[in-house]
Amino acid sequence: MVGGLDFSVIRDNLSYFFIGRYPKGPLGGVGLTLYLAVVSLALSFIGGLILGLLSVSRNRLIKWGSEVVIQAIRGMPLLMVIFWMYFLMPALAGRPLPEAWTVITALTLFTSSYMSQIVRAGIEGIPKGQMEAALSTGLSHRQAMIHIILPQGLRNMIPSFVNQFVSMIKDTSLAFIVGVSELTHVATQMNNRTMLYPTEIFLFIAVIYFIMCFAFTELSRWLERRLAWRKSI
Amino acid sequence: MNYRFDWAIVTSGKYFEWLVSGLHVTLKLSAVSIALSFLLGLLVAMMRMSQVRPVRWFAHGYLEFFRNTPLLVQIFFWYFGSYKVLPQSVNDWLVRQDFEFAAAVIALTIYTSAFIAEDIRSGVRSIPKEQMEAARSSGFSYVRSMRYIILPQAVRLTIPPLINQFLNLMKNSSLAMTIGVMELTYQARQVESYTFKGFEAFTAATLVYLALSFLITGLMTLYNKKVLQPIKGH
Repeated sequence: MVGGLDFSVIRDNLSYFFIGRYPKGPLGGVGLTLYLAVVSLALSFIGGLILGLLSVSRNRLIKWGSEVVIQAIRGMPLLMVIFWMYFLMPALAGRPLPEAWTVITALTLFTSSYMSQIVRAGIEGIPKGQMEAALSTGLSHRQAMIHIILPQGLRNMIPSFVNQFVSMIKDTSLAFIVGVSELTHVATQMNNRTMLYPTEIFLFIAVIYFIMCFAFTELSRWLERRLAWRKSI
Repeated sequence: MNYRFDWAIVTSGKYFEWLVSGLHVTLKLSAVSIALSFLLGLLVAMMRMSQVRPVRWFAHGYLEFFRNTPLLVQIFFWYFGSYKVLPQSVNDWLVRQDFEFAAAVIALTIYTSAFIAEDIRSGVRSIPKEQMEAARSSGFSYVRSMRYIILPQAVRLTIPPLINQFLNLMKNSSLAMTIGVMELTYQARQVESYTFKGFEAFTAATLVYLALSFLITGLMTLYNKKVLQPIKGH
């Protein structure tokens, strides 16, 4: 008992909070939260890179097209994107799909559009002289982008990517809405079953989320300082 | 696909009214929360920059905790769990209000205030140190220099990120549907379950959100062009 709160409900269900019914059943809780975040972030990295490169394309049509897609997704609440995918993907596939997939797709779409802005800023942050020098040594625009600009730009983007991972961990909590049994869903289930300990349960998962997110926030700050230091020498 | 579109369902009649009332709640929720989060954010930013160490630490802890926890979890905490940690009188007062709405306002306000506080702080930090020194040496106290010299300049620089926070807040307010606040997303969901016309309902809600987003983004561009650029030009 801490200040009138009774945390025994947490202690008794600890493994359920962390891994769900795994290994006897599917992975859930913190494990599933991290799984959703890591897979969606990896896919968003690719998506963001593609969208970002398209948005700095020299072809006007591609540039504007990608810009419209990016702005449209950024103008929508993530929850709306999740509902769209939840509802469209099975209709398009013509069969039911696992909810985790629809959530990963929604998170990927949503985060890719934010990532594309990071990628674009990273590319635009590289001095123009680099591209000109690369072109004058006989590289094509594409080769210069892949071998000269991107490698430098990507290094500058690392802290922002880590920050995006923090947002991603927080965003996975929305998977609860379509019934994916990640940490928030586990907590609401536990809350519905026991009824008596909402404060303890939500406080506990808030702390768990905080530990995960804060660790990566600090990592991103550390990387930022290191990059600044490298640039200064 | 043998889906028959029926746009009339969301452009007139009962379901149209549901969506309009949802928009109304979304706007009300966002407006109330942004006003409160600005005030709270200002307070926390001041505490974060305070000369008194425990005050500064408290503000730092506040910022880190609420920024690094999902909004949804915070909403659930205030809605389901806050009664055990709040004083009885506050609980009694809350129950007499529209409690779903109140819990959503509290969660959105606290979450957003943590982001706004950081925006305000970086606005203040971008004001040259000499300004504060000059104010102090001409006899202003710390609080008065903040109030009359630093903040008026900093707030002007903070307005674009503030508008951006308002945009985020407006989108985040959709999470309030999880505790039964009948805002736009809730109503779209509702129309879907009554009519099975999810495509139309979600399209309508999406278009409304996009219109709001573009409106807010346009406001920010206008502010940058008309207010900030002329100042920076000097």
